Amino acid sequence: MTGPHAEPVIRFDRVSKSFGGRRVLDDLSLEVHAGRACCILGRSGTGKSVALKHIVGLLKPDSGRVVIEGRDITDLDTRALTPIRLRIGFLFQHAALFDSISVGENVAFPLRRHTRLPDAEIRRRAREKLAQVGLGDDYDTMPAALSGGMRKRAGLARALALDPPILLVDEPSAGLDPVTSAEIDALMLGLKRGAKTTIVVVTHNIPSATALGDELVFLHEGRVLARGTAADLARSPEPMVRAFMQARGHSG
Amino acid sequence: MAWHSLRLALVAAGDYAVFAGRAVLEAFRPPWELREILRQTLELGARSTPLVAASGFAIGVVLSLHTRASLERFGAEALVPAGIGLALIRETGPLTAGLLLAGRLGAGIGAELAAMKVTEQVDALEATAVDPFKFLVVTRVVACVVAVPILTTILNFFGILGGWTAERAVTGMPLGLYVERAFSLVDFGLYIPSTLKTAVFGFIIAIVGAHQGLHVTGGTEGVGRAATRSVVLASVALIAANVVLVRLIVFLFPELA
Repeated sequence: MTGPHAEPVIRFDRVSKSFGGRRVLDDLSLEVHAGRACCILGRSGTGKSVALKHIVGLLKPDSGRVVIEGRDITDLDTRALTPIRLRIGFLFQHAALFDSISVGENVAFPLRRHTRLPDAEIRRRAREKLAQVGLGDDYDTMPAALSGGMRKRAGLARALALDPPILLVDEPSAGLDPVTSAEIDALMLGLKRGAKTTIVVVTHNIPSATALGDELVFLHEGRVLARGTAADLARSPEPMVRAFMQARGHSG
Repeated sequence: MAWHSLRLALVAAGDYAVFAGRAVLEAFRPPWELREILRQTLELGARSTPLVAASGFAIGVVLSLHTRASLERFGAEALVPAGIGLALIRETGPLTAGLLLAGRLGAGIGAELAAMKVTEQVDALEATAVDPFKFLVVTRVVACVVAVPILTTILNFFGILGGWTAERAVTGMPLGLYVERAFSLVDFGLYIPSTLKTAVFGFIIAIVGAHQGLHVTGGTEGVGRAATRSVVLASVALIAANVVLVRLIVFLFPELA
């Protein structure tokens, strides 16, 4: 379906980014094809979240290009980015729910902003998304009243509100119990298989990366140290990659 | 060292000027975010009303006590209501309301936006293709520009009422006579510029709070710092701006001098 010649959905072309003199992404090149799941692994502070934020244009590269669905977004301003952002769902590390509005309104927010659907239909869809993540009864709950795992799931519901073809997820299992974490993995796997969603996940969780990822990318100091399937990485010549892959129980 | 500090101060001032300029420009560009502006205005306004009403009343009482003590010496007690009205509406009301609201709204905006920034809610807005500057900053700026003059009027109203309460306790003056005398030296020509200048106070409060909030550094600890800095900076900027505004008003309306 997506041969090596098809234009990748997400392409990083020699992207570099520094913060205060520290190089977080160093000449990073990366491709994710349609309907595939890419898991970005690496130790803390290796620029994984930074890479993710480049995909929606929240961060701009110092050099290099970021191309989404064939469109170079590197130099686009906020307005020009809008159509691309609408095609991307983003689950932030701590869910980043808007705490001044209810959980349901958080999920309804993208619909209210970007569709002209009547209120009843927006509420119905938001409820449906919440039900998908097991929060069907929590439309009117305020985010502050949710546990960490519930916030994460609500955040996922919001990220999926507009049925985006691309889903970005920043550490889905951080701070979650293994059961909830597995539920979220199952949900993403379902999206990949059912809706053919292209998924990029930043994670420390090897089992979940193995289950979900078609390709695993191991970042170290802003560069790709190894890439391939979980089996490829486990046989990597790089000792750090092998050590990371062997720490299987490690999550969060 | 001194040069370095001066340079930093100038850079900061420039930064604020750009931020404020952007807020003004963006306020006149669609999408208007009217719903959010209305929500902010009602929320900021309604939450501050008890504060300015109670403060206004107390200031009215105190003004009455002071003016009476001063005017009695000249046998001019009859001028007490007029003195209160003039003092309140021309300067005491606007400046007190400005400073109170710099505390209330400045800290609120600074802390809220800083918390949103730290918890990636600002990023989440932007990733949802909503311009955070319009949605968070412009709405609060417009809300403050609208709400602060209204809140000043509320403070003035309760100030006059407080003045009357104190006056009645001493002389038993009826409300009608008091109000007539209180407004004997005040007309719309005085009221409008004095109250409208607080729209500028509102602008300063919102800009400083929003700037501090969105430029928070250092995680959760930074949220408190952003709130404190918002209040201090907004208060100082407001007092400084008042000097210019009063000069400007006197220049534009010489009859008010």
